[in-house]
Amino acid sequence: MSEILALSGITKRFGGLTAVNDLSFSLNAGEVMGLLGPNGSGKTTVMNMISGFFAPTQGVIALKGEPIQGLSPHRIARKGVARTFQLVRALPSLTVAENVETALAFGRHKLWGSAARERALHHLQEVGLAQRADEKASDLTYIDQKRMELARALAAEPDLLLLDEWLAGLNPTELRTGIDLIRSLERRGTTILLVEHVMDAIRALCGRCVVMNAGRKIADGPTDDVLRDPDVVRAYLGDDHA
Amino acid sequence: MTLKHLGFAIFFLALLAALACLPLYAGEYAVTLMIGMTGYVVMATAWGLFSGPTRYVSLATVAFFGIGAYTVSVLSEVLPYALVLVAAALVGLAVALVVGLATLRLAGVYFVIFSFGLAELVRQLVTWYEVNITGTLGRYIFLPVTPEGIYWQLLGLAAATILFSWAIGRSRLGLALKVIGDDEVVASHCGINIAGVKLALFSISAVIITLVGAIQAPRWTYIEPSIVFNPTTSFLTLIMALLGGANRLWGPLLGAIPLFLLFEWLSANFPNHYPIILGLIFIAIVFVLPKGVLAAVETMVSRRSAAKAPAAVSEATR
Repeated sequence: MSEILALSGITKRFGGLTAVNDLSFSLNAGEVMGLLGPNGSGKTTVMNMISGFFAPTQGVIALKGEPIQGLSPHRIARKGVARTFQLVRALPSLTVAENVETALAFGRHKLWGSAARERALHHLQEVGLAQRADEKASDLTYIDQKRMELARALAAEPDLLLLDEWLAGLNPTELRTGIDLIRSLERRGTTILLVEHVMDAIRALCGRCVVMNAGRKIADGPTDDVLRDPDVVRAYLGDDHA
Repeated sequence: MTLKHLGFAIFFLALLAALACLPLYAGEYAVTLMIGMTGYVVMATAWGLFSGPTRYVSLATVAFFGIGAYTVSVLSEVLPYALVLVAAALVGLAVALVVGLATLRLAGVYFVIFSFGLAELVRQLVTWYEVNITGTLGRYIFLPVTPEGIYWQLLGLAAATILFSWAIGRSRLGLALKVIGDDEVVASHCGINIAGVKLALFSISAVIITLVGAIQAPRWTYIEPSIVFNPTTSFLTLIMALLGGANRLWGPLLGAIPLFLLFEWLSANFPNHYPIILGLIFIAIVFVLPKGVLAAVETMVSRRSAAKAPAAVSEATR
């Protein structure tokens, strides 16, 4: 299997705080991997470094063998990385379709006009939002905004999709739909790195997990093994449960 | 759709032709008035071009306006007129690029203050240069340009600016601007080069404003820094664009025309109280019509149509 993403020796310091400390892991093409850890363990910081929102203090991030650390987000996006955000970021003054067209117009394929509209509707169809294409994005409910954000990320046709707690805050029915949606992406061969707290979703979706605690990697392996690992249990639940 | 466009185009051209014929039947005062008004229409539209979608409130308008006027005063006797205008545009572009590269990473209020400071900086630099190097503060501009000539040039520039603004609104660049205005983080993660887009728009807007200053310069005959770098120009442009709605194609124009006439009347009738009234109008616009007249009208229309819709719908929107 070919390697899509490889982090080696990644460290990120914010002033005196070391948010991520000497982190290394890699992700193969077509893999769906979970990035887990208690709150504040540095997961979102890792996502932000991969997408270019932050530059790492040290270390190398390689996308398909090419170092991308420290590049600006728009360059990394054009190299094939798309993401959703921990707190949904809709573009409120645009319509739902325009939100998706944005990723098409400035992504790798530079689609515009009716071609972009068609693709956008196709991606909205995938997430079940096609009939709301012409509504204002700010009028959507929370789950629908999350769907729209996913459609926007998919429209970029990424080699690597970063989902930052995309399933958080969904009710059980919505969660079911969300998991099925991510599964369908996996079947199409999309490589996905997801930060998630919903354990059911992690077990259902991720073949492999990396677990972080206080900025360090404490486990890396098949999901079931990782979730049984005493270090991981201790990080989440404390010494008594290990 | 195309028929509607054709209708608009014909209307636009007819209006332009009517305005161009104005000096033939209106008096000298009308032409003077139209020069000022058209100048502000162009500046407010150019201001809205950059500041409307990006929400970067620029007070640097007069810096570019003054640069245009000064370039003309320096070069008018060494270069043919057309080349003087080109030179003014190039100087404006160069300043905009340098300033833009240095400052467009600033956000919110920092940019406002910087842009205001820039206008003062340019004015002080020009004053310093004139006093210490050339030894004279003022300059004379003797150009064989008639008021009608100035008016026609400004009218052409206004038409070009509005057409350009319309074209941008329908282009990828226009979408990029809207996305940046909504959320810069999303914009960059969708592949938009934010700094590049802002720099391009800021420069285009600055060049247009520089040209207004350059075209209007011969009207003064005598210029000095306190005349052409008067900060009121920046504030007027801003308030006009805000009144109409900086985000709409016709917004700045609709704000510029009534406000220009109002300020003209105020400065003639209440010369001493003019700055106070100006400030009050400024505050009133920001409080009452923060998004501009056009947006307010749209909200009113949509409210009225919502009231006609079934009660359940209007309940839900409330």
